[in-house]
Amino acid sequence: AMEGGEGARVREGDVAVLKRGEVYKAVPVLRRRKIIFEKQWFYLDNAIGHIYGTTFEVTNGGNLQPKQEVEETTTETKEAGTDNRNIVDDGKSQKLTHDDIKALKDKGIKGQEIVQQLIENSTTFRDKTEFAQDKYIKKKKKKYEAVITIVKPSTRILSTMYYAREPGKINHLRYDTLAQMLTLGNIHAGSKIIVMETCAGLVLGAVMERMGGYGSIIQMYSGGGPVRAATSCFGFPKLFFDNLHEFPLSKVDSLLSRTFSTETLPSDFEDNTLVEEESNGLTGEKQTSLQETEEEPTTEAAMEINQTEEQETVDINADDVEFKENKEKENKESVREKQIKQLERRRKLIEAASLLREKNADGLIVASKFHPTPLLLSLLEFVAPSRPFVVYCQYKEPLLECYTKLRERGGVINLKLSETWLRNYQVLPDRSHPKLIMSGGGGYLLSGITVVLDKGKSDSSNLEALKMEEPSAKRCKVQDLHC
Amino acid sequence: MSFVEYGDTIKDGDTAIVFLGHESMFPVKVQHGTVTQTKYGVIRHSTDLIGKKYGSRVTCSKGGWVFILHPTPELWTMNLPHRTQILYSTDISIITMMLELKPGSIVCESGTGSGSLSHALIRTVAPTGHLYTVEFHQQRAEKAREEFREHGVEHLVTVTNQDVCKNGFGVSNIADAVFLDIPSPWEAIGHAKSALKAEGGRICSFSPCIEQVQRTCLAMEEYGFTEINTLEILLRVYNVRTISLQIPDLGKAAEDNSSTGFDSSSPSNQGSLCANLQQGTVQFKSGVPLREMVGHTGYLTFATKS
Repeated sequence: AMEGGEGARVREGDVAVLKRGEVYKAVPVLRRRKIIFEKQWFYLDNAIGHIYGTTFEVTNGGNLQPKQEVEETTTETKEAGTDNRNIVDDGKSQKLTHDDIKALKDKGIKGQEIVQQLIENSTTFRDKTEFAQDKYIKKKKKKYEAVITIVKPSTRILSTMYYAREPGKINHLRYDTLAQMLTLGNIHAGSKIIVMETCAGLVLGAVMERMGGYGSIIQMYSGGGPVRAATSCFGFPKLFFDNLHEFPLSKVDSLLSRTFSTETLPSDFEDNTLVEEESNGLTGEKQTSLQETEEEPTTEAAMEINQTEEQETVDINADDVEFKENKEKENKESVREKQIKQLERRRKLIEAASLLREKNADGLIVASKFHPTPLLLSLLEFVAPSRPFVVYCQYKEPLLECYTKLRERGGVINLKLSETWLRNYQVLPDRSHPKLIMSGGGGYLLSGITVVLDKGKSDSSNLEALKMEEPSAKRCKVQDLHC
Repeated sequence: MSFVEYGDTIKDGDTAIVFLGHESMFPVKVQHGTVTQTKYGVIRHSTDLIGKKYGSRVTCSKGGWVFILHPTPELWTMNLPHRTQILYSTDISIITMMLELKPGSIVCESGTGSGSLSHALIRTVAPTGHLYTVEFHQQRAEKAREEFREHGVEHLVTVTNQDVCKNGFGVSNIADAVFLDIPSPWEAIGHAKSALKAEGGRICSFSPCIEQVQRTCLAMEEYGFTEINTLEILLRVYNVRTISLQIPDLGKAAEDNSSTGFDSSSPSNQGSLCANLQQGTVQFKSGVPLREMVGHTGYLTFATKS
């Protein structure tokens, strides 16, 4: 409710997404900061204050100028051939040389005009069919017309962007698969959701968007802290983080076996503090990096993820400077301040633990690089009965095992192993067809619903459940053998 | 309970889902003094349901048992009374994400049909958003209103009984998103545009036939929509099975069987053909695709008003 609306303008400090064609890139909106995107460089200064969704042209000196709607000038050539029987590829159809084109560009001539010149200097253009002319123009426009749209981050955009740019960072979770997870998990405002992900915080962000700041989320993490690089790209209001909790996976066992207590809880952290206080040098640095991943993988980390090639060198240097400055600051921080931080983290940990202990979560979302079975068997303990859960895995096989193990455990019904296929279409008059390339795989999902775990009768009920849910197993085996 | 808020215990007036087994369930309106017949016997609402926890196992009169589940839009989609062809959760998921819906979103939808998508939309935009849904069939519009009331979501939805192609959505410049599932969506694109906020929003149209998609895309272009994109999403479901494949007899001496390098089948593999053949088998778990799957529901065309 607090987002969108009239306030949907680009502000300094926002994370915005640049879009050119189907290519996206998330960048921080900062003044006098050089951005390189799709082999072009520019500054975002002029974009500040414009409504998200505005399309800009890149002009000389890297300035952005809102694109004026211009009527298509290229339709004046009404002449067209009917087929390509007389078109010969002699490599000489374009009268402009590379140097000519470069000269045009250097003169600062608009991309639109370059395209027009290319058409005029193409000897074969008039003989091409109408469709081929259209295709030629589109191709040249893509190359020479430097237009960029600045869009507001959303799950749609960020999940598409991550899948295209950094699929490895999100375990190849395709955006339609993420969409399934949110629906199968019945993610909505007011719920209490457990999220275990190693998808750069993208899944967490998607869940946060759907909860709109209502309800609570407990993020389970492994290692030093949760990674939220992608989460920070969403630009959520501060309020959304008030009920976002985190809990270390390594403490799950002790929480379940009730050996986790206020006494034993802070051991890790207290140890850290102790060591740190003794020798402020080395371990101090360790602590810094730890906190970096925990609290502030915000803008820097997020941007780093979305930057590639040339840009990276520029930004990493900038980050390095910042990092050093931070470190010095940290070092100067008084012991007292650190203690306050430790207490704060301890308080948050206790809070997350008590939320989990209630064992009444409204859902569980898992999308990680880890084997899903142990995660499910443990984390389902925290979920109330009659609530959905969804597990993502890049591979099918671990989910087969997970399925079997969940059946043995009981307390779950309606187990479903699924995958979605996504097909994109070109829709044009008389030229509609599925796109040439489709994604080969976007991962697999295992979903189900929790029910009251009847411990006394679990054995017999499991057998019945198996019978209920694997109806034609035997017949299938026979078929397999006949084949 | 409501479709937008979880509750722990079953109450009088709730809509609950009776889960009998694999893909076999039905919705039930919980009412004091009422009984429901299942193949496992009778369920008495007053004693068997009211006050029990959602997710409990309920023993029926013949000794068989069922689970009682909290309703969700997804369970409702699988169990609702059809008045029309409906949208299923796979399409609904991608629609919701691509329309960028979230709490607070204002959505326009037409037609309401059987309310399958409507329930999912309401769930997502609650508690601060709203759904304006338009259905030209009076009886269906009436039935939808009744269901929304029963499901405790009437405050989040307005059902209008009119022809969206002629009269539009009855609202202007307030929607973040518009969804169309009507036979001639191209006739409603203009109305969709004026329903969307002045600063922009998203639109989606669902059509089974490519000819419909083509006309819709042309209309979208004409009305200045950008980012026009058509896609199709297919769900593949896998059955988890333990498969045994026989190792062929290539005439090797019996004692060599152990050295074939395969894990021989365990003795637990009784009852299957393999045991009778006194041959080694290899067992493995497999995700077996269903023999038949849904090959096409509809094309989804998305676009942006900016």
